[in-house]
Amino acid sequence: MTEAGIDSLDPAAAPAPEGHGRDLFSKFDPLIAQREGLLATGLKDPFGLVMEKVLSPTRAICNGKETILLGTYNYMGMTFDADVIAAGKKALDEFGSGTTGSRVLNGTYQGHKECEDALKDFYGMDHAMVFSTGYQANLGIISTIAGKGDYVVLDIDSHASIYDGCKMGDAEIVAFRHNDVSALEKRLARIPADAGKLVVLEGVYSMLGDVAPLKEMVAVSKAAGAMVLVDEAHSMGFIGENGRGVVEAQGVLDDVDFVIGTFSKSVGTVGGFCVSNHPKFEILRLVCRPYVFTASLPPSVVATAATSIRKLMHGSDKRAHLWENSKRLHGGLKALGFQLGTDEPQSAIIAVIMPDLEKGAAMWEALLTEGLYVNLARPPATPANMTLLRCSLCAEHSAAEVGEILAMFERAGKATGVIG
Amino acid sequence: MTDRDQTFDKVAELIAPFNKKNAALTDTTTFAGDLEWDSLVVMDFVASVEDEFDILITMNMQAEIETVGQLVDAIEALRNSEQ
Repeated sequence: MTEAGIDSLDPAAAPAPEGHGRDLFSKFDPLIAQREGLLATGLKDPFGLVMEKVLSPTRAICNGKETILLGTYNYMGMTFDADVIAAGKKALDEFGSGTTGSRVLNGTYQGHKECEDALKDFYGMDHAMVFSTGYQANLGIISTIAGKGDYVVLDIDSHASIYDGCKMGDAEIVAFRHNDVSALEKRLARIPADAGKLVVLEGVYSMLGDVAPLKEMVAVSKAAGAMVLVDEAHSMGFIGENGRGVVEAQGVLDDVDFVIGTFSKSVGTVGGFCVSNHPKFEILRLVCRPYVFTASLPPSVVATAATSIRKLMHGSDKRAHLWENSKRLHGGLKALGFQLGTDEPQSAIIAVIMPDLEKGAAMWEALLTEGLYVNLARPPATPANMTLLRCSLCAEHSAAEVGEILAMFERAGKATGVIG
Repeated sequence: MTDRDQTFDKVAELIAPFNKKNAALTDTTTFAGDLEWDSLVVMDFVASVEDEFDILITMNMQAEIETVGQLVDAIEALRNSEQ
């Protein structure tokens, strides 16, 4: 990238050279310029971190230094669980490294069925469908069940996978203000009564770590004759008595039509799923393109997922400890003077609001130098153009580690001037 | 005053609190270019238009609407289709 290229942010300002079309990459020029500007100040690239070694769910070696991990979504710390690892190794030995095929052709092994059985038991639901990622689960379910002429009503702060599923499905998309029950109710009332309606909600919104008022939202959705899908990616395993998510904690699991989740957070591997009691659910396996036209998960992955899911059913002690960690970190950061995404801890995510991207990147680097990794989140992924340092706690963080984390935040916050 | 003129005036009234630059409003005024609105402002504004006229402006429709005139026409079409 030359300096001249950075200067012409407006693609229309630079006429295409004769005989050549416009460079399709010119639309990225503003982002390239912003990124280069940030790195030119001497800051490390916050999106280029490499973990050289991973020691445990809470520790890794980054830049040669032992680092506490506080931004991994590894809520229940299952990635190094001995039973989980043993199951993965056994499957690798017995079933090979990959399936090389679609779920509907040669890519469904015994392990995929066992993984779906584990999900059915975990949620107490009739049907479970495993996708290759959580992104594909949202993409596939939403785009397949809400088609042309149907309406999808979603929270404006929904995850990219939800928006992409909407775009792929050709339904009419109606957004409502974040977590606003009356805004949802009003919009539902304006949809033609005979149209198909799907309301898409999330249990925990991952940017600020806030929880949705699902009880009220599910009630107004059902009253309007809509089906309800809840993405519990950030609550599965942790929130609710049995770790079934915010739907369980708020007593509406039986009222929702679909729960979407992922294996890449509490479960500790990769993959996505949808569970449902809908009597015709199984037909989705034949019509859902992101399920059909991609390779299934490797045998070792579904074996680790199934083992982890079954262990999470009995994880109440870990859940209790994770709540303790979340409350302590939230209270400690608040007392230090940081501005947080929620007034009270609502999940295992604590979002620290930064004044701007430059300060946020400086604080992120100062924390890394201290030996702490958090996520730097920035627009457009964040609501209200905020720059966030997003912390996700793990049940394997010890009380002493949470204390260490708070001390690191205090030093880095003072050094960068984020707190006084 | 025609119905469309009344709708235009109402839309102009709803734009006012978000019109930080006091840009002059005509049918050809663009939301992204002339008013310099980002997606957050658009969301708040669309919600206020929806509530004022008791209509739904889906995200599919929003993608097609670039100017004030196009919005006024869309509102008129939605209100007529309901009657």
